[in-house]
Amino acid sequence: MKIPAELKYSSDHEWVKVEGNKATIGITDFAQDQLGDVVFVEVPALDTELNATEGLGTIESVKAVSDVYSPVSGKVVEVNEQLEDAPQLINEDAYGKGWICVVELSNTAELDDLLNAADYEKLLLEEA
Amino acid sequence: MEGKKTPLYDTHVKYGGRIVEFGGWLLPVQYSGVIAEHKAVRTCAGLFDVSHMGEIWAEGQEAFAFLQTLVTNDLTDLEVGQSRYSPMCYKDGGTVDDLLIYKFGPEKYLIVVNAANIEKDWNWMQENIDSFKVELVNKSDATGQLALQGPKALKILEKLTSAPVGNIGYYHFMADVMVAGKNTIVSRTGYTGEDGFEIYCEASDAPVLWEAIMEAGKSEGILPTGLGCRDTLRFECCMPLYGHELSQEITPLMAGLGMFVKLDKDAFNGKEPLAAQKANGLPQRVMGAEITGRGIARAGFPVQCEGKVIGRVTTGSPAPTLGKNMALVLIDTAYATIGKEIFIDVRGKYIPAVIVKKPFYKRTK
Repeated sequence: MKIPAELKYSSDHEWVKVEGNKATIGITDFAQDQLGDVVFVEVPALDTELNATEGLGTIESVKAVSDVYSPVSGKVVEVNEQLEDAPQLINEDAYGKGWICVVELSNTAELDDLLNAADYEKLLLEEA
Repeated sequence: MEGKKTPLYDTHVKYGGRIVEFGGWLLPVQYSGVIAEHKAVRTCAGLFDVSHMGEIWAEGQEAFAFLQTLVTNDLTDLEVGQSRYSPMCYKDGGTVDDLLIYKFGPEKYLIVVNAANIEKDWNWMQENIDSFKVELVNKSDATGQLALQGPKALKILEKLTSAPVGNIGYYHFMADVMVAGKNTIVSRTGYTGEDGFEIYCEASDAPVLWEAIMEAGKSEGILPTGLGCRDTLRFECCMPLYGHELSQEITPLMAGLGMFVKLDKDAFNGKEPLAAQKANGLPQRVMGAEITGRGIARAGFPVQCEGKVIGRVTTGSPAPTLGKNMALVLIDTAYATIGKEIFIDVRGKYIPAVIVKKPFYKRTK
């Protein structure tokens, strides 16, 4: 399982890439593998105010519907529109082209609650 | 995870199958991915473990008469070496199960039933033996079954047998066929809408047969295929799945299976209620629908039209061959017309859809 060292992670298998006061959010390689072929993604609307641990959208595979939870609080300033016609990007490139949205952080202290790569890897081993 | 294992459990794990619990059984939902496996069956070949299905033998002087009262289809002109699909109904016309009947002889039949219904069907059959001179034997646990499906299925199977399997017609079968050195029943049937074979064997022979077929099929692009694509494949063909399009409440007529309900046959379970339902008009019908909005309909979602609930989704899924999201819906007959625009309640959002013809997919070759 790929777990890029520079990202932060939630226990719900989302990743966060922090750049300044913005955070890009997606689901991890482990999560996309568990889901199987992604066929539909529901992304949040622009300007939505998200609160950490609340749902930001859903990702559907052929057989299942999975909620995505926001690891951080803030306003949605960008969404990945490519996911509408190419939901499989989440399977192909979960940390790159499969990004879901960008949030303008309202509470950077929340980042301290997230897991680093080593802790996320430990979590995966425990869940196995 | 709790559940029964088929003879191929270890094989599935070896091939990277993702095991899930399904109707009391532990089976792979996928190996490489539902969509890749679905496409393999449509373009070359897939191999399914269907050993969880039930096999019940009916033998005796009155086996034919017994079966005629048990099922809605007519077995009168069924020949030795031929199989026939039929619903099996309760006395009120509701469906017990849908099944296949294979004729081995005038007094010898094999009934193949859905895995989830084996015990129920067995008990129902026992209850209905009455004074018919027939003996029922449940060989489900001793029987393995593999389904080799796809345009390359015949080419692959021919590598493993000298028997003229290419001559087996659709819905016909051959017994005592040596495949990879194992004695099998080879049936030209399937649940995918492609050409293919369902191969019955001794449970203990299933693993050897699996490996032989996978090896023979390698050059043709065969993939091991799981429950996930088994559902999407039959769904594209609008084949019913018991528990979804057929149930105790959904009669074969409501499911659109009227051609398998022979109301002019002599007495059978459910005949009078089914005849009455046909005469009075069906209350609801299973129709096909194409999702025209953005979203995926799932089983159980309410269907709305003109501001009121008119039914529910029985099966909903992406249709990989079509590149669209489709649904089978059980709706009030008044709205059951091709072209009718409906809405599907997808977790609180109303997504538009339109009633379309069935099947969604039909093979051309």
